[in-house]
Amino acid sequence: MTDRHQVRLRVNGTEHELLVEARRTLADMLRHDLGYTGTNVGCEHGICGACTVRLDGAPVRSCLVFGVQADGADVRTVEGLADGDELSDLQQAFRDHHALQCGFCTPGFLMLAEAYFAERGLVPPAGPGRPPPGAGEEPSEAEIRELVASNLCRCTGYQGIVAAMLATARARRAAGPG
Amino acid sequence: MTPPAGPAAPARTTPPPAGMTPPAATTQRQDGRWVGAALTRKEDRRLLQGRGRFVGDMTRAGMLHAAFVRSPFPAAEVTAVDASAASRARGVAAVFTSADLGDPFLLATLDRDEFVPTRMPVLAGNRARFAGEPVAMVVAADAYLAEDAAELVQVDWAPGPAVPGLAAAEADGAPRVHPETGGNCLVDLLMFDDGRLGEIFAAAPVVVSGEFTSARVAAMPLEGRACLAEWDDRDGQLVLHASTQVPHQVRSGVAQALGIPERAVRVVAPDVGGGFGLKCVVGREEVAVAAAALRLRRPVRWTEDRQENLSASFHGHEQRYRARAAFDGEGRLLGLDAEIDCDIGAYSAYPFTCAVEPLMAASELPGIYKVPAYRARGRGFATHKAPTAPYRGVSRPQIVLVMERLMEKAAAELRLDPLEVRRRNMIGPGEFPYPGVNGISYDEGSYRESLDLAERRVAEAGWAAERDRLRAAGLRAGIGYACFSERTAYGTPTMSLRRMRMTPGYDTASVRMDPTGEVIVTTGTCAHGQGHETTFAQIVADRLGVHPDQVRLRQGDTDLASYGWGTFASRSVVIGGGAAARAAEQVADQLRTAAAHLLEASAADVELHDGAARIRGDARAAVPLAEIARLVHFQTHTLPEEARYGLEARASYDPPGTFSNACHAALVAADAGTGQVRVLRYLVVEDCGVVINPLIVDGQVLGGVTQGVAAALYERICYDAEGQPVSTTLMDYLVPTAAEMCPVEVIHLQTPSAFSESGAKGMGEGGMIGAPAAVLNAVNDALAGTGVSFDHIPVLPGEVCAALAASGAAGADGALAASGAGE
Repeated sequence: MTDRHQVRLRVNGTEHELLVEARRTLADMLRHDLGYTGTNVGCEHGICGACTVRLDGAPVRSCLVFGVQADGADVRTVEGLADGDELSDLQQAFRDHHALQCGFCTPGFLMLAEAYFAERGLVPPAGPGRPPPGAGEEPSEAEIRELVASNLCRCTGYQGIVAAMLATARARRAAGPG
Repeated sequence: MTPPAGPAAPARTTPPPAGMTPPAATTQRQDGRWVGAALTRKEDRRLLQGRGRFVGDMTRAGMLHAAFVRSPFPAAEVTAVDASAASRARGVAAVFTSADLGDPFLLATLDRDEFVPTRMPVLAGNRARFAGEPVAMVVAADAYLAEDAAELVQVDWAPGPAVPGLAAAEADGAPRVHPETGGNCLVDLLMFDDGRLGEIFAAAPVVVSGEFTSARVAAMPLEGRACLAEWDDRDGQLVLHASTQVPHQVRSGVAQALGIPERAVRVVAPDVGGGFGLKCVVGREEVAVAAAALRLRRPVRWTEDRQENLSASFHGHEQRYRARAAFDGEGRLLGLDAEIDCDIGAYSAYPFTCAVEPLMAASELPGIYKVPAYRARGRGFATHKAPTAPYRGVSRPQIVLVMERLMEKAAAELRLDPLEVRRRNMIGPGEFPYPGVNGISYDEGSYRESLDLAERRVAEAGWAAERDRLRAAGLRAGIGYACFSERTAYGTPTMSLRRMRMTPGYDTASVRMDPTGEVIVTTGTCAHGQGHETTFAQIVADRLGVHPDQVRLRQGDTDLASYGWGTFASRSVVIGGGAAARAAEQVADQLRTAAAHLLEASAADVELHDGAARIRGDARAAVPLAEIARLVHFQTHTLPEEARYGLEARASYDPPGTFSNACHAALVAADAGTGQVRVLRYLVVEDCGVVINPLIVDGQVLGGVTQGVAAALYERICYDAEGQPVSTTLMDYLVPTAAEMCPVEVIHLQTPSAFSESGAKGMGEGGMIGAPAAVLNAVNDALAGTGVSFDHIPVLPGEVCAALAASGAAGADGALAASGAGE
């Protein structure tokens, strides 16, 4: 298992180039080769979702993706959400709604939410690009609950996570192009 | 007992009832105090940005990675281990067996004749006692290579017959899990044995009984166990970063197992990704990794994978109760008698021992009810399964389930309202402190008030009408209640009754103000999600008149904090926070002394408020605390002797314990076709005394309820008949997602504790304690009229289907989904 492959990717806007073994997971590559330890690994079999990152915009379980599969990709991790020390609106909503306790699953929920919001045209106020016209529909609580059901949290009972995502969706829609 | 010191605790308060909303997060004080404010957490900033530091995030130059070779058999002799191929594999630094490490072990002991001490070897030597037990450790350049090499370790096994559960463990001639013992019963406690019970049961108008069981479950913190051990040559010290709730006990365990002084070990818990009791015991892997780092003089890290976590760490809650209760004609308890048997798995966990579940169960079964005569025998049986640890709730989910089922059964026999039967038996207003038949003194609570409020709220919110609507739609719907108290924050006055060789309970804090007026607090408690950096800061800020942002908590480091007992058993804010409050009071006195000199006033007239020392009644006479701090440190010679040399104090707290209480209510619907049960509404009326931070208290309740619902309906660690674990992934062990949970309404009563510095009571486990019983009672209400009821958890869909089919009450498939319930 000494085959190494060259991988070039962009993580939160920064270009990286490295050699990795074919079997190395994207999670391990991000965490241990590139130092993005904000992404946590909770089960290594694709159920808990703690390791969720965005790969070319889509939410993926980085424990189920090989690092080599990210060659040429744009990867977004939790480290890219805040603007310096300024929490993003979603992060602040998580704080206000007590949507985290131990915080281990939190990065996965944040990245899952951002991927979903992007799909719905609910990008952060300061985010890149503007929502396409006609997008930005406000999701229902049931939709958010189903989305949140993608990942596992053992501390909060999910109530704060659902509330934080709903509040963010509402605020972004209100701030959007209408 | 000492009354609460410091700011006067408010009298019992009731919140506005119906139509409640969750507490709004704030950054402001409430009524002039930080205690009580729903302050957003200090911890969140780093965790939300991915800047927390969990053990698995830490790296060191030259760091090696450990992987364990684990037994594939539940019971086997190890006849040979050949590590030669593994040792030659790429990247491998070393392979260790038990003998290579000098056969180290952990030993947890009770000083009781009814207890049989057994050792837990760090690595299994010549015998494996459960599938998943570590028998060798491979240390290699990375985790992939370590796992590759672990597969090359050749172990010769001689499998033997396994003891896969209680029935097998207690059978005549059963194989012994620990051959050196007389049998598999490792603890047998006849805690209470009222000689009158025979007569009482013979003469009682009503006797109800049952066999009540709860399945083995896993704490399943999102972060598994993890540790990083390194030898610090300069300090002559082994530094062990560990994902633990109890750093000092890890230090003691490592030192004892490896035969080195405690000063030669420093344990640090960085951010810890949940614990729920799983991490309040010492893991053998932590000791093994420490031993490897000592021998190799290289940093070694281990991060548990989920399969190891589910099959080879610690489980809990696998219990069987054979209980009966005698009632008079009005539904009043006359006597209670229980045989309690716990499947403790293969080993006695350090430092609590395998007696923790039977002891808790047998001593606390009566709960909030007045039991005139009591007998309880609690036993723990060794089996060839993973060992058990004190998982959230520790026997209280089970004893509450037993008592609440007995109340329901008695009410059914007597054709009384089950809530009325509870009221007739519960310790009522005016009866506190209540001397329990179990020798426990129950301090002031709101048992009756919480039930009344829950019943009223359920009525106002129209649960009964909703149940009727669901039933009309073809579903089986039901409402269930559970009333209980939770003993929390017990120090050595209570813990010593267990007679543990290592008796936990007290904690010690230090409070120090630096020359800029900022405050450092150290504690021996160790948060792993509970937000202690915030709540401790609120407690200390009020005592010192500073902003919580100026208070920094240092925890989880054995070199920084005095010996302490970590975070478990809902102890930290009361005991650790109480010690911090006491130390802060001493520093406040030091500040007042210096201020009195500077302001030419009497110290008794100095108030600390808004970052300054002020003379009471004189708005202009004030000196900033930062100025006092500067003078005390940098110009100390200008101050009188009694105000010199630092602003610093240390205090301990060791209270007897205090009971929080709650009433839970659940509305469930069961689909008669699929057997699927959903919780549609959930209410908690809880009383944990003075609420330090409503946001955090609600978070504990909500998370606990979810784990309780999980234990009632979803989660079960399964072993096959041969003792093989078969729920070793999250596809087999069903942790509920947001889709399984409904919104939970939480209402607070506040009955301040007289046995707590702040008036607060512990409350970390209550959600988990009440939910299984409330959900089970609701399921049984849903099945009313079918002749079927359950006395076990979890209740699984197949069982609901089978029960309904047997009673001829099976319904149309998919009615639950079609009804839109829970949407």
